[in-house]
Amino acid sequence: MQLALFILFGGLALAGAINLLVQKAPIHSALSLVLVMGSLAVLFLLLGAEFIAFIQILVYAGAIMVLFVFVIMLLNAQPSEPSRASRAARWLGPPVAGLLAILLAVRVAGRYHRVPANLGQPMFQIGDIGQALFHQYLLPFEVTSVLFLVGVAGAVMLAARPEEAPQPARQECPEPADSMTREKGAGA
Amino acid sequence: MPINLHLWLIPTLCFLGFALNILFGRLWSKAAAGTVGILFPAAAFLWGLRAALAWSSLPVHPYLESHGAWILAGPLRIPFGFQLDPLSLVMLLVVSGVGLVIHVYSLGYMSEEGGFYRYFALLNMFLFFMLTLVLANNYLLMFVGWEGVGFASYMLIGFFFRRDSASRAGMKAFVVNRIGDFGFLIGLFYIFQLFGGFEYTRVFPQVMRMPAETGWHGPLTLIALLLFAGATGKSAQLPLYVWLPDAMEGPTPVSALIHAATMVTAGVYMVARSAAIFDRSAVALEVVLAVGALTAIFAASIGMLQRDIKRVLAYSTVSQLGYMFMACGAAAYGAGIFHLMTHAFFKGLLFLAAGSVIHAMHGEQDMFRIRTLATGGLKRYAPITFWTFLIATCAITGIPGFSGYFSKDLILEKVFTGAAGSRFWWAVGAVAAAMTAFYMFRAVFVTFFPARGGEAEHAPAPGLAGHAHPSGQEPATVVAHPAHPHESPKVMTIPLIILAVLAAVGGFLNLGDRFMRFLAPVFQPAAAGTVALGPETPAAGWLKIVPIVAAIGGLCFAWWFYQWKPELARRSAQALPRLYALVFNKYWVDELYQRAIIAPLTWISRRLLWRDVDQTLIDGSVNGVGRLAQAAGDRIRRQQSGYIRSYASWVGAGAVVVLLYVLWLGAR
Amino acid sequence: MVVSLADYLVLSALLFALGVAGFLFKKDLITVFISIELMLNGVNLTFVAFSHYLRQNAIDGNLFVFFVMVVAAAEAAVGLAIIIAVVRNRNTLNIDKMDLMKN
Repeated sequence: MQLALFILFGGLALAGAINLLVQKAPIHSALSLVLVMGSLAVLFLLLGAEFIAFIQILVYAGAIMVLFVFVIMLLNAQPSEPSRASRAARWLGPPVAGLLAILLAVRVAGRYHRVPANLGQPMFQIGDIGQALFHQYLLPFEVTSVLFLVGVAGAVMLAARPEEAPQPARQECPEPADSMTREKGAGA
Repeated sequence: MPINLHLWLIPTLCFLGFALNILFGRLWSKAAAGTVGILFPAAAFLWGLRAALAWSSLPVHPYLESHGAWILAGPLRIPFGFQLDPLSLVMLLVVSGVGLVIHVYSLGYMSEEGGFYRYFALLNMFLFFMLTLVLANNYLLMFVGWEGVGFASYMLIGFFFRRDSASRAGMKAFVVNRIGDFGFLIGLFYIFQLFGGFEYTRVFPQVMRMPAETGWHGPLTLIALLLFAGATGKSAQLPLYVWLPDAMEGPTPVSALIHAATMVTAGVYMVARSAAIFDRSAVALEVVLAVGALTAIFAASIGMLQRDIKRVLAYSTVSQLGYMFMACGAAAYGAGIFHLMTHAFFKGLLFLAAGSVIHAMHGEQDMFRIRTLATGGLKRYAPITFWTFLIATCAITGIPGFSGYFSKDLILEKVFTGAAGSRFWWAVGAVAAAMTAFYMFRAVFVTFFPARGGEAEHAPAPGLAGHAHPSGQEPATVVAHPAHPHESPKVMTIPLIILAVLAAVGGFLNLGDRFMRFLAPVFQPAAAGTVALGPETPAAGWLKIVPIVAAIGGLCFAWWFYQWKPELARRSAQALPRLYALVFNKYWVDELYQRAIIAPLTWISRRLLWRDVDQTLIDGSVNGVGRLAQAAGDRIRRQQSGYIRSYASWVGAGAVVVLLYVLWLGAR
Repeated sequence: MVVSLADYLVLSALLFALGVAGFLFKKDLITVFISIELMLNGVNLTFVAFSHYLRQNAIDGNLFVFFVMVVAAAEAAVGLAIIIAVVRNRNTLNIDKMDLMKN
């Protein structure tokens, strides 16, 4: 049963990833990524990481991807036109990607064939996570808060529409005075 | 009690004259520069005279003085040392005396030239080096003087430096000299290696303890031959004589002083000084004798056909130097020195008189043209010049009674009778004497006597292959018809007269062999037990007559050819065109050297060393490194393409490499 | 048949490699960014898998994933802001046209 689930959702994740590559329009790629994330959430559940699975859906797929979609729609991203690929990417890209996959899959993964699984059982409670966050991992937690603050500020700054500098308040111009006379309070 | 002669003053005074004129002469008037230029050599001469007069009262001969060490290098110790013995005494008086006379003459001769102060400075510098050469008490100091006079000669030959031919002649002199100096230097090194020093008082006693050698391999033979190589260059013997005729580009007093009286005789002096070494090497003596004789006859033959009066005298100098070396080669060094002295008198006189002629003819040097231009014969216009020239000619040809007769006759006699002599070379010398008489009197007749019957005189053989030399022009322009050839001013004629007197009576210095006996202490001890003192060939009765016959014969022949029947010269030249062209063109020796030696050398330098090695190889590799760096940089620069994807690919590739290493290769 | 750790790792390796491929081959700036997110997801899967199998549910692995997500969120926000600014200036999303660093 777990195997079937794994194969199903694993396959979905892979399919989504491949589709991400294949699609031309960014919006389609974004939606494929959402599919991938959903599949991954199920896989997380299979691995007993309930909390992670849920925040994957809530945060990753629910917030981040939404943000992506908003930006795509804002920028009105069209299917990209073909352009000259850099030579390095063209020649190096496939070997790099391929080698990466092979290396990681064969060498790393190959070592762990015999490890038994223990799927399906939820392993922690939420409370444990909270405990760890505030005790062992307090510093990283606080730092991430600062990170968020900085990120928000930066994002706002970067994305703000460049506005005109505010004009100084214009004063009423008095009637043009006779050059010979000096009126009181003339001129700003 | 020891007398201090202060010999060092003699060269130093000349050096002072040089320094003053070269530094300040530009600012002075000509009169001031000339006075300085005369004063110091005069003082040097007087000081030398004083030393000479004190000779007999000196307690020990030779007289040595040393002024501190010049070089101190391990076992090598070379002092600034001067020596006075009969040989150096004679040389000293000749050099400074004749030099002074020529300096005075130059006051008049150079009065209209530019660079007046430079001329006198250089002349004084020359005297400084020459006096150092003859007064030195060790070989190295002598070599300093040797090189110095070579340099002075270069500067003075190229005195009119704006003239291309003059500069080239100066360079030629220097380079040819250098070739001889190379041999000289090797000889010096060998001397140091064998004897541990350079001083005469150290070297010669050791030499005299060594046995006489007969083959080519002995150390003394080697040294002697190497030293003689240097003498060949400096004293213009075969094969290194080629610079002397070209040296006539310099001012005529320079030719008189340096290339007749003094510098070229340095080689003879050096050989005479090294008598101890030469005496012990039969082979070296033969070589010297042969070279001297061959040079004598060779140069005389060329002189017979030259048209430029200075060139005739130049080849005559080469020839007479050959006589001096003949004497040395017969181990009769005293005779050689005697001839050196008389030669200084009459050859110096000949050159100065020639200068007077050129001065009178406003720069014309071609004898035949002079005859045409000076209607009625130059001797009418410039009598003093004529008579002094005639006296000198009688001296050089060996007319009895004149100085040259005594010295040349003595040489020929020694060559015939001496143990180291040879009758074959004697014969050669006798023939050369006849030729000498011929060409000298030819010069006299053509230059001074009017043409007979108005025959066309200029080219003895018009239309032949021989082309006239470009006659070295004194900077004064040649006037097609001089207004009037005139006698030279007194400042020039008085030196002529002084030298004429010396040339006439100088031979009597050897009356009763007293000159030879004076020099004997220098050569006698060295000759003990050597080939020089061997069995002599008895002098035949007719021996003394032959030179006289040769001289008179030459005179008559010249008279016949150039005065009595002038067309004879032209017809004989036409009858033997090839021979005429050969001799007229100096046997094509200069051209031979150019083709065989100079052209290949310059080819090697230009094509091989310059183009292939320097440019291609060295520059190429150095520039190549730069270009390589540049090219490499160019390729690498393209890495910065600005393409994000390119960067990303490279990052990915790097990550893969690291992974490879860690996972596959490093995991052992 | 049991699903072993290796299977999960292979899957995550493939996801990661596909992310790299997308990063290298896609021309659209946003799509490239999405590929980066894909890579991050693959890595998350690796962490969780290891955490489950090797340390018998030690909590550190999961917590790490938590932090990864946090950082991914911040990064996505800022990155998208940058993209907006760039697009405003260059009017194109073509990654190959962003070559001001050339040479």
